[in-house]
Amino acid sequence: MLLTGKARKFSQEDDINTDYIISGRYKFKIQDPNELATHVMEDLDPGFFQRRQDGDFIVAGRNFGCGSSREQAPQAIKYAKISAVIAKSFARIFYRNAFNIGLPLVECDTDKIKEGDELSVDLSTGIVTNKTQNLNITIKPLPPVMLTLLADGGLVEHIKKHHGFALKQ
Amino acid sequence: MGQTIIEKIFSRHTGKTVYANDLVVSKIDFCLGQDGTSGIVIDSFNKMGAEKVFDHKKMAVIIDHSSPSPNEGVSRIHKKIRDFSLGQKIHFYDVGQGVCHQIVPERGYVVPGDLVVGADSHTCTYGALNAAATGMGSTDVAACAATGHNWFKIPESIKFICQGKLPLGVYSKDLILYLIGQVGAAGATYMSCEYAGPAIDALSVEARFTIANMAIEMGAKFGIMNCDRKTLDWVKQHSSRKFKPVAADSDAVYNKVLEFNVSQLAPQIAKPHRVDNVCSVTEAAGIPIAQGYIGTCTNGRLEDFSAACKILKGKKIKKGVRLIVAPASNWILKDAMKKGYISILLDAGATLVTPGCGPCVGTHNGVPADGENVISTANRNFKGRMGNINAFIYLGSPATVAASVITGKITDPRKYLK
Repeated sequence: MLLTGKARKFSQEDDINTDYIISGRYKFKIQDPNELATHVMEDLDPGFFQRRQDGDFIVAGRNFGCGSSREQAPQAIKYAKISAVIAKSFARIFYRNAFNIGLPLVECDTDKIKEGDELSVDLSTGIVTNKTQNLNITIKPLPPVMLTLLADGGLVEHIKKHHGFALKQ
Repeated sequence: MGQTIIEKIFSRHTGKTVYANDLVVSKIDFCLGQDGTSGIVIDSFNKMGAEKVFDHKKMAVIIDHSSPSPNEGVSRIHKKIRDFSLGQKIHFYDVGQGVCHQIVPERGYVVPGDLVVGADSHTCTYGALNAAATGMGSTDVAACAATGHNWFKIPESIKFICQGKLPLGVYSKDLILYLIGQVGAAGATYMSCEYAGPAIDALSVEARFTIANMAIEMGAKFGIMNCDRKTLDWVKQHSSRKFKPVAADSDAVYNKVLEFNVSQLAPQIAKPHRVDNVCSVTEAAGIPIAQGYIGTCTNGRLEDFSAACKILKGKKIKKGVRLIVAPASNWILKDAMKKGYISILLDAGATLVTPGCGPCVGTHNGVPADGENVISTANRNFKGRMGNINAFIYLGSPATVAASVITGKITDPRKYLK
């Protein structure tokens, strides 16, 4: 799968929490993911939704998605048509949630990616190409369990298909 | 090879000897959701084609985050959750019963050795009862509800050995804030935190919940403690279920063993907008505050109100400052009434709100104004957490909050406890 778009970064790189991704002010009352998406990243970067374009990447530092278990966080990113989140590392609940709902996460060094850089991400070869800076960045390979869930189309589809969990232990 | 507490719990659940980094599909003993997450649990459950919860006695849904409903959007979600829960005949706690992380242990649904999954990140609270409990997202909990199982990567463990004895005016909240400050917000990502040592042993079970609760603020998957006499007494008082406690082997392998002596620890404050931005109360003293909050799954228990009342008894909150109080459950509210704590708090000028999460998650019950500082006993101080991105949240113990609302600025509680 080849994804292309521009890098979107924030004033804060590390520890971007789920409250910033989608505030409790919205997630407790809004069920429509398209409506939730219009508030994505609002508390960290008001106007982010208006600024981003379909296919863009969110690019961050360490521990992206720390904090609460809200699945609305990866959901809001996905419905804002962000093609993937690229970060140095992810918090664990967010990590599972994203794969469960089919939002790709890319773990790699993000120091050489700047706001607005043109990127392409090849999930099959595991390479992020920064076309603006003309360099390739290697992606940390996905664990087999995540590949299985991705291949099945997320956790709902996995359970539906196998009538339970069918993971290599 | 010796095993950690977590490795043993997973070995018991899967019927094979497993170690850190093994991947397992394991049965679970209990799962839960709250009103901020259960809407999607239900959607995913239905999309999976599931019809019945795997065991209606092993799931609870608690309406606590925005309770009672502050607007029609929340009401719609509450109705959806209520209809599902009643239809499935699972344990259901409607508005005003309390915070999920008080209800689940207090009503006896969790015992030592259990594996519990909750659609709330602070599910790790029950580690204080020697149980493996962790937060996951809604679809993962839907999978638990549908199948009674989920997949886990068994985490490595960090052992925190807390030596010494907490001094007067210093509480389990101060201890966990200190530990988080030491290791950082990602310091235990994917790990199980084992808390041990004489300073932990000396704490009541209520005080231990505060410490287990905040394991997630270091990124941890579990925060777990040994089962001792106090745990046994507490669990037997609250549950009729049979159980077998779990202890780590002496040759268990840890990712890290960190040792601290807490005998000289001062009350701690987490400054905006990060939980690991921790300093001593003496360093933060004097910062003006507009609102105090005592409550939440971290510090809304009887002992917390007792600590606050020791300071507030016969005193008044400074004019122009608010103190919001939310007991963690209606049982705690009743006990606090019997003990006279509620009268002390009301006489001091506090505002009592519904048992539940209160203003912690920013939907109601005390949203701060632009530029205001809040001192709160909650577990998170992220920007916007209490509903206003232009407010500033400081975290501390119930005693520190009580002392601070008297003076209108962050205040060392020890000066009221001599």
